[in-house]
Amino acid sequence: MAIEDDVVVIGGGLAGMTTALSAAREGSRVRLLSHKESTLRFASGLIDVLGYVEGEIVSNPFETISALPDEHPYQKVGEDGVRAGLALFDSVADYAGDHTDRNALVPTFGGRIKPTARYPKHTAPGLASDERDTLLVGFETVVDFDAPVAAEHLRETVPFDVRGVTLSFPGEFRTDAKITRLAHALDKNERVEIGSSENVSQSEPVRIALAEKIKPHLGDAERIGFPAMLGEDHPEDVRATLERKLDVEVFEIPMGPPSLPGMRLEAQFESALKEAGVRITTGNPVVDFESGDNGEISAVVVERNGAAIPFHGEQFVLATGGLVGKGIDSDREGVREPIFDCRVPAPEDRYEWSEDGAFDNHAFARFGVQVDDELRPLDSAGEPEFENLRAVGGVLGNCDVSAEKSASGVSLSTGTVAGRKASDEVNP
Amino acid sequence: MSEKEAESRNPSELQDVFSGEPMDLRPGSDDCYKCSTCDTECPVAEVDDDFPGPKFQGPEQWRLKRKGDHDIDDSVMSCSNCMRCDNACPSEVPLSQMHNTARGKYVDEQMSKLSREYIRNRILSNYGRLAPLASKFPRLTNFVMGLSVTKFVNEKVMGITSQREFPDFATETFTDWWEKRGGKATSKERAQEARTKRGDAAENDDKRVAYFHGDYSNYNTPEVAKAMVRVFEQFGYEVAVPDQRCSGTPMFANGMMDDARRAAKFNIETFAALVEQGYDVICSCTSCSMALRQEYPELYSFDGTAKVAANTFEALEYLRVHEDLEGELADSSVPESEFGELAYHAPCHAKNQGLDGQAVELLSALDGTDPVDVGDSCSGISGTYGWKSEKYDTSMKIGDEMFEHMEDVESETGMTECPTCAMQMNHGTGYDIRHPLEVLDSALVN
Repeated sequence: MAIEDDVVVIGGGLAGMTTALSAAREGSRVRLLSHKESTLRFASGLIDVLGYVEGEIVSNPFETISALPDEHPYQKVGEDGVRAGLALFDSVADYAGDHTDRNALVPTFGGRIKPTARYPKHTAPGLASDERDTLLVGFETVVDFDAPVAAEHLRETVPFDVRGVTLSFPGEFRTDAKITRLAHALDKNERVEIGSSENVSQSEPVRIALAEKIKPHLGDAERIGFPAMLGEDHPEDVRATLERKLDVEVFEIPMGPPSLPGMRLEAQFESALKEAGVRITTGNPVVDFESGDNGEISAVVVERNGAAIPFHGEQFVLATGGLVGKGIDSDREGVREPIFDCRVPAPEDRYEWSEDGAFDNHAFARFGVQVDDELRPLDSAGEPEFENLRAVGGVLGNCDVSAEKSASGVSLSTGTVAGRKASDEVNP
Repeated sequence: MSEKEAESRNPSELQDVFSGEPMDLRPGSDDCYKCSTCDTECPVAEVDDDFPGPKFQGPEQWRLKRKGDHDIDDSVMSCSNCMRCDNACPSEVPLSQMHNTARGKYVDEQMSKLSREYIRNRILSNYGRLAPLASKFPRLTNFVMGLSVTKFVNEKVMGITSQREFPDFATETFTDWWEKRGGKATSKERAQEARTKRGDAAENDDKRVAYFHGDYSNYNTPEVAKAMVRVFEQFGYEVAVPDQRCSGTPMFANGMMDDARRAAKFNIETFAALVEQGYDVICSCTSCSMALRQEYPELYSFDGTAKVAANTFEALEYLRVHEDLEGELADSSVPESEFGELAYHAPCHAKNQGLDGQAVELLSALDGTDPVDVGDSCSGISGTYGWKSEKYDTSMKIGDEMFEHMEDVESETGMTECPTCAMQMNHGTGYDIRHPLEVLDSALVN
């Protein structure tokens, strides 16, 4: 009858994809429901586990987990869960950082340093712990990255020389050309016009033209940092050509959306999900559920302009994100989890939800569902809301993942553990 | 529905607090936070550097227009209405609705009604009005349309590309076949027989569907429509085939909003009356279902619009929700020589409805066929778009990725739900293209 799977995962971000993969690898038939394209394309592509605790930078997340409050998601899954999450990630993505437990320090596009556990190979030569002199290259039309400003900020914290230069991207692209358009031009090494001689226009492959533009600015730099746009499908080839022509190492600085490292990671997850046999349905939101005779969830319902389609399963995992991801909703009256109406505790007086300063310690940042050690959402009596529902990633409360720099780690660890547990319930 | 969703869905009911004017598309425009994800998903922007992309066409152009001193940019006519931007947006900005509105305004106010472009677009988007005539003399039409002199004239005079072969008109339309077969009464009998065979009650008013076949499966691919009827009857459904007009998809895409409005009104009135009686509406073309389910409620408020939208489904989607389709397919087979490996392309309008995975999922269980998804790129034809001389190259460039992936598939048969995607798939690779309903027909109907 109908559309039926063992485990149904709601949410197609990092937490949802991790859960689905984890459950499928344990042998379950898994359905992943995602309202829209994966949120990974909005993510930097860095995998943070724990970067800050109470404002202090963390050098080794694993030594710090035990100091977190008991209700923190990391305490629910334990150090083993966090390690399992990273192991799953390492099996999917071709990333650097798995050689150590310690955080790496990655320069950001604003010229800050971010502690992170895993980073794309294309970002690796740029680490701040590496003391080689650096040139940052930005482009006039890629306005999200101002290389001279980023270099100026970086100089305040790093022990090496950093300079920044803004160039025009070679070729005659639109002033508002999308970052993906430029990335694809580099992927394909399209020929671009580089001026004319004796009235005959001259053209060159874009990677070569780019290297030629940079040469006069190279100076003593031993590595060059670009905004993350060096190809979507063939970043290795783009970097290799630039490195050969410039004779220095080339790296990428993670950027905001639309994020090429995020898209590349999304592609890697998608092929892992496909290989594991996960059935993905995208395009409509889950808005409701149906319950069986024993009070358990029997199906979740997606809706499109009034037409409701049920997806049946034995086990369900909620991976819909936090306030920004719309997994948690709020209005003047209160805060709720909109699909299952799981309890989300919040002060009754909404003026207590936030503090005055933008970067203060806000209560709202820790809003989310409360879970037991099985990761099942709990009601106000401390009992599981449903026996067959788990929650993972951003929808979980009791952690401020933005301040902690722990969003990816929470998604990976809770997703891996919940996927395994859900699958174990179906195939004991 | 959250308060916010309610706002973005019923903008016509909202008022500007200062002017008292209707809010129109304002809330949708305000929801855009410029993440540019739509631009990275736009297949036209990907291959056409002159096209500024959906973020401009939608929220930015809408703002520019607020003061009334800006014309609509003519690049809006280069939008192919694939609607992938809708699916990419994380913030519920009604991009395709904005594009449809802007395009309609552009055609109304800025395009000369005597221009070749207008006349050509009007003809292309009203294919459903010309098809009845052509199908009266199908062999003659097919002969004339295939002549090089016809193509020459089309190219030079009309701006319709001579690169493509016109689709053949069937010698018998689906509706002729349907009437000859005995219409609704016969369908009822067959459904009752099937129910009895399945051990269900012979009388069952819940198992009634109204088929929106659209023009293409009526005039050009009646085998798809016949398959729909046979498959649904096999599961015990009585099929009704009411009079209907074009869904409006090609009219929206060409900004012919008056034509679209007339067609939509007719369809909504017809199908709302059937929904009232307990029928669900079934489509076999994903652009038709897209129109009934999304474009109609976004653009019109005729009585019954919402009801039709809420009760319209794609054929496979409906069967898979209400029947054990997967189980029955797992116990069946199709001739491998006829189907075998199928290079499946998911139309953009299937993707936008969340239906892009179902054909491969379901048919994988079936013996004698092995559907292979050829990736999530757009086919590039987008209905009438790829028929225009000036858009032909763009259309083929967009299609390149799909053609390549199709060539990787061993056999030379493709599959898709959209008739114009099928044209493009055939045009780019020479493959024979089938509809999933034809596979179901072969597998499940005796």
